[in-house]
Amino acid sequence: MTPRRKRLLAVIAIVAGVGAATALAMFAFRDNLLYFYNPSQVLAGDAPSGRTFRIGGMVTQGSVQRTPGTLEVRFVVTDFRHSVPVRYEGLLPDLFREGQGVIAHGRLNGGGDFVADEVLAKHDENYMPPEVAESLHPPTPAQAAE
Amino acid sequence: MIPELGHFALIVALLLSIAQAVFGLGGAARANGAWLAAARSAVVGQFVFVALAFAALSWAFVERDFSVLYVATNSHSELPLFYRIAAVWGAHEGSLLLWALCLAGWTLAVTAASSSLEGPFRGRVIGILALISIGFQLFMLATSNPFERLVPAAVEGRDLNPLLQDFALAVHPPILYLGYVGFAVAFAFAYATLLEGRLDAAWARWTRPWTLAAWLFLTVGIALGSWWAYYELGWGGWWFWDPVENASFMPWLAGTALIHSLAVTEKRGLFKSWTLLLAVTAFSLSLLGTFLVRSGILISVHAFATDPARGAFILAFLSAVIGGALLLYAWRAPRLKSSAAFEMTSRESFLLANNALLVAALCLVLLGTLYPLFMDALELGKVTVGPPWFNLMFLVPMLPLAALLGVGMHAAWKRGLLGTMKARLWIAAVAALAGAILIGAAAYADLRPMTTLGFALALWVMLSSLLIPVARIRARQTLPAATLGMVVAHFGFGLATFGITGVQSFKIEKDFALGIGDTASLGGYDFRLTALRDVQGPNFAGVEADIVVSRDAERVTVLRPQKRAYNSGGNPMTEAGIEVGPARDLFAALGDDLGQGRWSVRLQYKPLIRYIWLGAIFIALGGAIAAFDRRYRFRAQAQATEGTAVAAP
Repeated sequence: MTPRRKRLLAVIAIVAGVGAATALAMFAFRDNLLYFYNPSQVLAGDAPSGRTFRIGGMVTQGSVQRTPGTLEVRFVVTDFRHSVPVRYEGLLPDLFREGQGVIAHGRLNGGGDFVADEVLAKHDENYMPPEVAESLHPPTPAQAAE
Repeated sequence: MIPELGHFALIVALLLSIAQAVFGLGGAARANGAWLAAARSAVVGQFVFVALAFAALSWAFVERDFSVLYVATNSHSELPLFYRIAAVWGAHEGSLLLWALCLAGWTLAVTAASSSLEGPFRGRVIGILALISIGFQLFMLATSNPFERLVPAAVEGRDLNPLLQDFALAVHPPILYLGYVGFAVAFAFAYATLLEGRLDAAWARWTRPWTLAAWLFLTVGIALGSWWAYYELGWGGWWFWDPVENASFMPWLAGTALIHSLAVTEKRGLFKSWTLLLAVTAFSLSLLGTFLVRSGILISVHAFATDPARGAFILAFLSAVIGGALLLYAWRAPRLKSSAAFEMTSRESFLLANNALLVAALCLVLLGTLYPLFMDALELGKVTVGPPWFNLMFLVPMLPLAALLGVGMHAAWKRGLLGTMKARLWIAAVAALAGAILIGAAAYADLRPMTTLGFALALWVMLSSLLIPVARIRARQTLPAATLGMVVAHFGFGLATFGITGVQSFKIEKDFALGIGDTASLGGYDFRLTALRDVQGPNFAGVEADIVVSRDAERVTVLRPQKRAYNSGGNPMTEAGIEVGPARDLFAALGDDLGQGRWSVRLQYKPLIRYIWLGAIFIALGGAIAAFDRRYRFRAQAQATEGTAVAAP
């Protein structure tokens, strides 16, 4: 084989390898992309049933209820238009608080509750997850004045 | 007054950077020795003044000068001295200053160590480094001045984020930055080579020790970040495929590919243009990483717009550096022809495969990191690419990489006859597989195919690495530092693979509600909560738990996780209790008071996790050993390469 042909072969091999890897990567995306929805979208039926997704919003003031002595906790996530009740069993992150932004990962059960297997809050205490910040419908001045 | 002096020093540093660029590049173009000497003086001056600015900011932190906005935002009167100093690089402005200091330091080191290079080439290297300095110093002065005053001064600072008040995270940024910025040296060498249109491969030899040094700092920096996330974030994970982590991992992958392709270019004069492209890529990804992390674009494309001036500057700077380099590359690289032939099983082939696989891994990480940004920008919905995708996809290039590495190390240049090594390698391969089955069966009673494959590859890489010194010693040959470094680094790669396989296959993690006297079982260990008490730190108060761990009724250790509240306010912080061991870590994090005397507790069993960081230490150590190989001393080859440079037309 001439060096030229050898180089051509090498290039073809690399292109084929990268192509195959890319195809595989895109294929694997299908199962591993997590979509984000706010409570209004969830109630409108946009969110998939039977598949995990992420829900985000504010934890409604006064909504956090624990079953004393257990890991069970319930709270309500709101975007100020609609609310979705969330159930979770486990440790809540340090930054979890009522009135703060939160993202939960899980799926809807038949009763319209969101059953979370993971609850996230980010590093910075002043941090509002951007998906949450953008999807919130801020209270109108009239609502705020009440 | 001192902050103003710092600000002034930064302005002087910028002027000196401009002088350094003009005299360096101009002196090289006009072959003017006086100009080149002036450029070298400017390097020293620039370093001194950036260091002065850095010292001024540090002083403001040490003295708790809350009339400086940046200090007031990131410090607190009760913050201990060590963290007041670490707070200098705790946020955007100060970390840019640290970046500039690292760059000035590398530039000074290159200038001092390159006296045997031809004057014009040296001048161009210095000039290109100056252009990068100018970019950073302008960016700081125009949009992110750390010395900005707060009028009226704050009575109390807002405190350094408690998560950052930790040893590993205090030293993580400087080391990571030394790595990021170190690739600027390889970039400058590559750029100067392209500018001069050099056709030889001498630059590869000059670049190798610098690239190794930068890469080893980056390795240590990433490992520190991973270690910190493990014990401080309270989650017990060691890698999350978080965009911020990926931003530092991508330059590392490019740098690893660069080290290997530099070897081919230096030894055989092959892959010249590819190596130049990798040098440009590694530094471009470093720049991208620095800016992406600090600008907030990774969190959301829209966060980029929160400060339009910064966003615009970053885009302009990135396109100038990366675009300029790629244009020059497109213009000059076609003239770099490599014509030497090599066999299919030669070391060149294996290193080519190494580069293809590492670049494939890099592309996958890049795709997974940027895909959500594209989706968001195109309004196609908000998505995240989950860690399962990365975990799965990353294996695709990594498994063949580990398998080929074991053979490639022993292949000879050009002809690639393995000779007597062939039999030994077969023995190593069989031993690795047998060892993997033995470990899986005996220690974990589990022989899942992927786990066994992981252990087998890890043992294969380690055994194969060890064959080199064994064979050399038997044949009474010397072991050059570069070879020894390669052996140590590859052995470390095997160790890390071993740890990753173990922890990913057998980790156990569970949350419990425990009252005093309650016991939870996990991974064959019993965890018993025996006490809860209040603790008082220098700037925090908290609750500490005693969790007595026993196995088969025999006491192993006591874990003492804490929940802290910092006096400066803000959210509580989890401080994990960890028992370190060669076979496993035991990990406890304290959650919340659940009522009825119970607390939520997260318990974890992490087998072999220490080998991940131990492997990283070996990898970095290997880089350090190789960087000190005698062949790389500038003086030694200056005469050898004299007259081989071809001037640009």
